[in-house]
Amino acid sequence: MSELPGREQVPPGPGHAGVPRTGAIGGGNGAAPGGDGVAMPALAVHRADGSEPEDGVLLETEGLTRHFQLGGLFSQRTLHAVDDLTITIRPREIVALVGESGSGKSTVARLLARLYKPSRGSIVFRGRPLQSLRSRRDVLWYRSQVPMVFQDPYSSINPVFRVSHGVARNLRLHRRELNARGRRDEMLRVFDAVGLTPATEMLHKFPYEMSGGQRQRVGFAQALALRPRLILADEPVSMLDVSIRAGLLNLMAELREREQVSILYITHDLASARYVADRVLVMYGGHLVESGPTEVVLARPKHPYTQLLLSAVPDPREIVALAAESQDAGEPPKVINPSEGCRFRRRCPMAVEECHRVTPRLRPMGPAHEAACHVATPDTDPAAPPEPATSSHD
Amino acid sequence: MPSPLLEVRGLSVDYITETANVRAVDSVDLDLMPGEFLGIVGESGCGKSTLVFAIAQLLFPPAEIAAGSVTFQGKDMVQLSDAELRHVRWRDYSVVMQSAMNALNPMKSIAAQFKDTLQAHSTMTKAEIRERSAEVLRVVGIDPAHLDSYPHQLSGGMRQRAMIAMALLFTPQLVLMDEPTSALDVVAQRSLMNQVKELQQKLGFALIFVTHDMSVVSHYSDRLMVMYAGQVAELGPTRAMFEHPPLHPYSKGLLDAFPSIRGPRRALTGIPGTPPDLARPPAGCRFEPRCPEAMPQCAERAPDLYTVGPSQVRCLLHAGDVSPAPRPDPLAVQQP
Repeated sequence: MSELPGREQVPPGPGHAGVPRTGAIGGGNGAAPGGDGVAMPALAVHRADGSEPEDGVLLETEGLTRHFQLGGLFSQRTLHAVDDLTITIRPREIVALVGESGSGKSTVARLLARLYKPSRGSIVFRGRPLQSLRSRRDVLWYRSQVPMVFQDPYSSINPVFRVSHGVARNLRLHRRELNARGRRDEMLRVFDAVGLTPATEMLHKFPYEMSGGQRQRVGFAQALALRPRLILADEPVSMLDVSIRAGLLNLMAELREREQVSILYITHDLASARYVADRVLVMYGGHLVESGPTEVVLARPKHPYTQLLLSAVPDPREIVALAAESQDAGEPPKVINPSEGCRFRRRCPMAVEECHRVTPRLRPMGPAHEAACHVATPDTDPAAPPEPATSSHD
Repeated sequence: MPSPLLEVRGLSVDYITETANVRAVDSVDLDLMPGEFLGIVGESGCGKSTLVFAIAQLLFPPAEIAAGSVTFQGKDMVQLSDAELRHVRWRDYSVVMQSAMNALNPMKSIAAQFKDTLQAHSTMTKAEIRERSAEVLRVVGIDPAHLDSYPHQLSGGMRQRAMIAMALLFTPQLVLMDEPTSALDVVAQRSLMNQVKELQQKLGFALIFVTHDMSVVSHYSDRLMVMYAGQVAELGPTRAMFEHPPLHPYSKGLLDAFPSIRGPRRALTGIPGTPPDLARPPAGCRFEPRCPEAMPQCAERAPDLYTVGPSQVRCLLHAGDVSPAPRPDPLAVQQP
């Protein structure tokens, strides 16, 4: 277990400094980021025009909304997949986006990947609004900066080609400056970086020769080949065996250190979010309901939905009475033509009359900690250190 | 002492391929008492699903039972013909498959699928069928109004509940569940597990529950079987396995593989490496190449199942005649 230098170099957001992190990285990779020969020619791509808000924000959304019309041409039924989402992702930050199926978390990933167009709202990446990316060159640039890693490593890699194919293809398309030799060196580098060693051998394997964990590493290698700034990882470990998930989570933490990427880690599993993420965003029914530094949110969850999620995580070491408290059946909401009011109110044990009338807005609960709940009470002493008592860090 | 509902003896399953026979399940012994809840955990490819399919006599080529017997209610199911099995299947034991989305017919309503099952195994009238279908849906907490729904109209959790309702159409003595919760998220998963446990206690059926995530069953099962590379690695009371460190290094690895939501945050490694190729299993302990506590003799000597207290474990650390050579091991101290 190693304390991680380099972690402090994440641009400090409010409250960040109070949340030191330990141990998410295996292999004692204590070297300063960039000190291992893979330093990025940071803004080599054509946006090196000085407009980078480099120290603060990598990507931000403002009022991001995506609705889907259901039924036929004249249907009035609209599914509100994502409503009014305002988030920021900073450079070299791992942000966990947590929620159950139907919460809109995957829609967010697709919006950020430009697979969907927003119904309303904006996405700004490194100072450039996405709507302004029109030329093929710009679109390719964005895609290489913000690649996606998919949930299912069994269906996201083409089975008829060797695993090097996808990486090589990315390099040919997005890294035109490389010649054949450069491409090969780069392939070896990214395979090494994701722990597929010996890379010379692994490159020539077919997907069927690999385990699920190795395939998912190929997914990360494909993304890395693009020299990305933000990887959208949509449930990257949920299809994998429990015994190898930790390896992939460690890989994400390593990539952040060594390759200087940010990662949006989409998951329904709070325990793994706690393991890798700096911040956690909780979505419910298309709304962002809580956000804050991971340890703070998990130690003092403010939104009843976060509390429900947290209580549902099985912990074998805990001795608890089973079948206890909650009768919640875990039915996700279908947000069709929603009326005003909190979307969690029907499942909420704390709902008051106001919850049926007024949609709660995010409000401060503590340093860098927000929740959208009428009932939640902010931490009494806002000056209190965000470090929770249960944490063992020093 | 009541006699076991299910007695599995020396059960081995081979997958026949052109080049080799791959033994996916290797001499498994198991007694299951009436009303008992047994969890089976292991990585993909460890043979846990194959074992359940072998018990249910649902294997099809290239898999076949190579040896052993499965005695259920006094009859050896391996020897029964299909016609004879038909009288036992679903009435006395039933199976809940992993992915309800694939196991339910998307073209048929829930009621129609229940009807198929009831007609295949009984001679109920139309009205009786309708009534029984509504009843089992109510048992699993679904409004019988959903009888005429199609699978796509139900949420993931409801589909799994419908699958469980289908398994309870008759009153089986034994229900086999193959990863029914792995497609669900945590809240739905806990809700389903609570319900399964409640039903199991209320209706009194014995339950074999397969999962790759031991935390899922940790608070529900009576006993837990950990499988590795086709063999039983450890079998014992569930709480014993979680309250003391598990006996087998592999069980320990599984338990420590994934981050905890509470307590200090620790660096995890999972279990490095991959399970052995079962076409060419290692000569000694099958876990030896990945084992953090491996000793020199582990590579040569295949361990038996040794009895330790209420549990059985396949590890030389517990053989009794082995001195734990390379480094002091807290578990070995307890050995006589």
